[in-house]
Amino acid sequence: MAFESLSDKLQNVFKNLRAKGRLTEEDVKVALKEVKMALLEADVNFKVVKQFVKSVEERAIGQDVMSGLNPGQMVVKIVHEELISLMGSDTTEMKLAPGQQTTVIMMAGLQGAGKTTTTAKIAGKLKQKSKKPLLVACDIYRPAAIEQLHINGEKQGVDVFSMGTGHKPVDIAKAALEHASKNGHNVVILDTAGRLHIDEAMMAELQEIKACITVHQTLLVVDAMTGQDAVNVAKEFNEKVGVDGIVLSKMDGDTRGGAALSVKAVTGKPILFVGMGEKLSDLEQFYPDRMASRILGMGDVLTLIEKAAENIDIDEAKEKDMMSRMKKGKFDFEDYLESMKQMRNMGGLGSILGMLPGMGIKAADLENAIDEKQMKRTEAIVLSMTPAERKNPKLLNPSRKHRIAKGAGVDIAVVNRFIKQFEQSQKMMKQFSGMGKRGFGGFPGMGGRGGRKYF
Amino acid sequence: MGEEKKGFFARLKAGLAKTRNNIVHGIDQVFSGYSDIDNDFYEELEERLIMGDIGVNATSEIMERVRESVKTLQIKVPWQCKKLLINSIKEQMQVQETAYDFENKKSVIFVIGVNGVGKTTSVGKLAYNLKASGRKVLIAAADTYRAAANDQLREWANRAGVDMISSKEGTDPASVVFDAVSAAKARNVDVLICDTAGRLHNRKNLMEELKKMNRIIDREFPDAHRENLIVLDGTTGQNALVQAKEFGSVTDLTGIILTKLDGTAKGGIAVAIQSELKVPVKYIGVGEGIEDLQKFDSNAFVNALFEVQDGEFEED
Ligand SMILES: Nc1nc2c(ncn2[C@@H]2O[C@H](COP(=O)(O)OP(=O)(O)OP(=O)(O)O)[C@@H](O)[C@H]2O)c(=O)[nH]1
Ligand SMILES: [Mg+2]
Repeated sequence: MAFESLSDKLQNVFKNLRAKGRLTEEDVKVALKEVKMALLEADVNFKVVKQFVKSVEERAIGQDVMSGLNPGQMVVKIVHEELISLMGSDTTEMKLAPGQQTTVIMMAGLQGAGKTTTTAKIAGKLKQKSKKPLLVACDIYRPAAIEQLHINGEKQGVDVFSMGTGHKPVDIAKAALEHASKNGHNVVILDTAGRLHIDEAMMAELQEIKACITVHQTLLVVDAMTGQDAVNVAKEFNEKVGVDGIVLSKMDGDTRGGAALSVKAVTGKPILFVGMGEKLSDLEQFYPDRMASRILGMGDVLTLIEKAAENIDIDEAKEKDMMSRMKKGKFDFEDYLESMKQMRNMGGLGSILGMLPGMGIKAADLENAIDEKQMKRTEAIVLSMTPAERKNPKLLNPSRKHRIAKGAGVDIAVVNRFIKQFEQSQKMMKQFSGMGKRGFGGFPGMGGRGGRKYF
Repeated sequence: MGEEKKGFFARLKAGLAKTRNNIVHGIDQVFSGYSDIDNDFYEELEERLIMGDIGVNATSEIMERVRESVKTLQIKVPWQCKKLLINSIKEQMQVQETAYDFENKKSVIFVIGVNGVGKTTSVGKLAYNLKASGRKVLIAAADTYRAAANDQLREWANRAGVDMISSKEGTDPASVVFDAVSAAKARNVDVLICDTAGRLHNRKNLMEELKKMNRIIDREFPDAHRENLIVLDGTTGQNALVQAKEFGSVTDLTGIILTKLDGTAKGGIAVAIQSELKVPVKYIGVGEGIEDLQKFDSNAFVNALFEVQDGEFEED
């Protein structure tokens, strides 16, 4: 793609710095000018960028830098630290009311930000934590918003409360609370209509809800692709309604996501979740340090591993066994089948790819490499092997390969190529086994063209 | 670290608060705030453009044009630059006279874009507008992905008083398009509008799906005038440029519907898209009502672009 990512950009800047060895005041200024441009192109608000660059400059010029061993590394460190501090230094978990009390969460945001989907995603997370959430349809304006919430609720296996479009949202909320206490729901999530931050009447509607019932958490959903205006939106919602936490949606896109910095800077409120896709499981926790690393091009290996661990349903012992064999390069075709299953479970590979640090992988490449048809074909090949062959790939002599090709309905060349790739993967697995401690049952060699350049 | 963080936020907040209480007349302030055309002046002008989401590249281009004109016209006073700058952008954003020809032809309007930008709403508004001008309109619910998408469009079809080809969640959107084209031909419809599911442009397979729909329209209805409109959220930053590029590789974009301009964002990214990709804005969305779709007026757009956002961000 013609557009350099913020990571690439910063990486380039610092590559030059590193090459120079020692930093002068001038060097810092030049570098930070690039940083400033990169941040602006990343949609970080202009004002935030200015402040950010100033604070980095203050720290970078002078003692801090001079005392560092490698000046370039020192600047990276400072930029990184400042980014983290800007986004909030700790991971914040959403606060739930203690004990048996019911927690009320209210979603808020502009039109199209992704509130309804996020509502259902959060419900899923809470369900995993053994909570019993109730989703409440308070969007009485957008056509079919209520139906959308009902369908999503059903998919997530959580209850949805609605009263049609003929009641005021505040009354719906009140009735929902009663319904919740009768039916043993301990979290109530109000899905509200999208609204403009300058729409006084609509903002008053949210204020009214908050005045009439106790809302424990007001979550502002912000589209990660938002431009300079993100500060206005965040500021107005925070001042008029009060915001407790932020959800960044659509982070699975290729946006540089500067809005995250802006919103955080303006509200001072924590970013609690990050939306990573349309599927209702695509909601992740926000880790400021990882985000900072990601912005700086260090990737997000940790999130990747966690995501894999969460979605892959495989028993610990089997997994451990598989990992240890993988490390030794003794990954067999049974494991291959297993990890194929896992890949399917994990879904949107594009979203995973974005997390991998500077490997030059584009989501599109991967989707190309691992297309479903190819996976089916390779699966057919493996399934045509005898269990003994799957366990011991060394058994595969030419006549066995011919039999397999016949069984899978493919050309012998396809079988040969696949097996060769598989062997390469084994080698790579060995090299990269250090990458994750859990579960990520690797995709090298998964597709026809895979493996070669991905790791 | 805590100390420093506080300092940063405090400073930022103070700055933003000041902006609010100090709503001066936008870009005029820059023009009247300097007595000479110097680097500081240029720099501040540049900042204004960037604050409007115009982007670093398009801004540099615009600034280059301004600097050149200042030289050739021997302009000495900053406020004389104002007309120069604004007119140059207005000119750039001008829509061709032929831009709305499709309204009077047999056409298929293919409405595409990322999630939540306002595709379905815009389809409803467009259908309403075209019907009001006497055209026979049919809309197709080719979003078979998002929950309740079909119901949502159905409501708009009712409001606009037009027919709709509906679909079931999970079915192949291309087959919906196919049915819609057949129906449009059979019923002798003037304009067929296809709503599609929102999709991020980096999802390869979803973009392929869009290509397939595009091919079907081409193949099944070769005589129809094609109007391919990308819907962009006016609040979106630089990513909208990537969106336009990627959706443009699926089908030849003939225009942009820029939505949500009733907020405080003014859609400056459209200037960047116009200058890089030459795709014109044809409509703007200014609200959630059925009448809140307007044809693009470059004068009004550029005026708004500079007025509001400047006041909001006044420095010191
Ligand atoms: N204020 C304002 N809201 C708008 C405008 N256009 C659309 N909306 C709102 O934006 C939200 C999303 O609009 P939709 O039409 O559902 O967007 P979409 O692109 O079809 O969304 P998906 O199909 O989910 O990708 C709705 O709440 C609309 O009412 C506009 O011009 N101004
Ligand atoms: Mg839609």
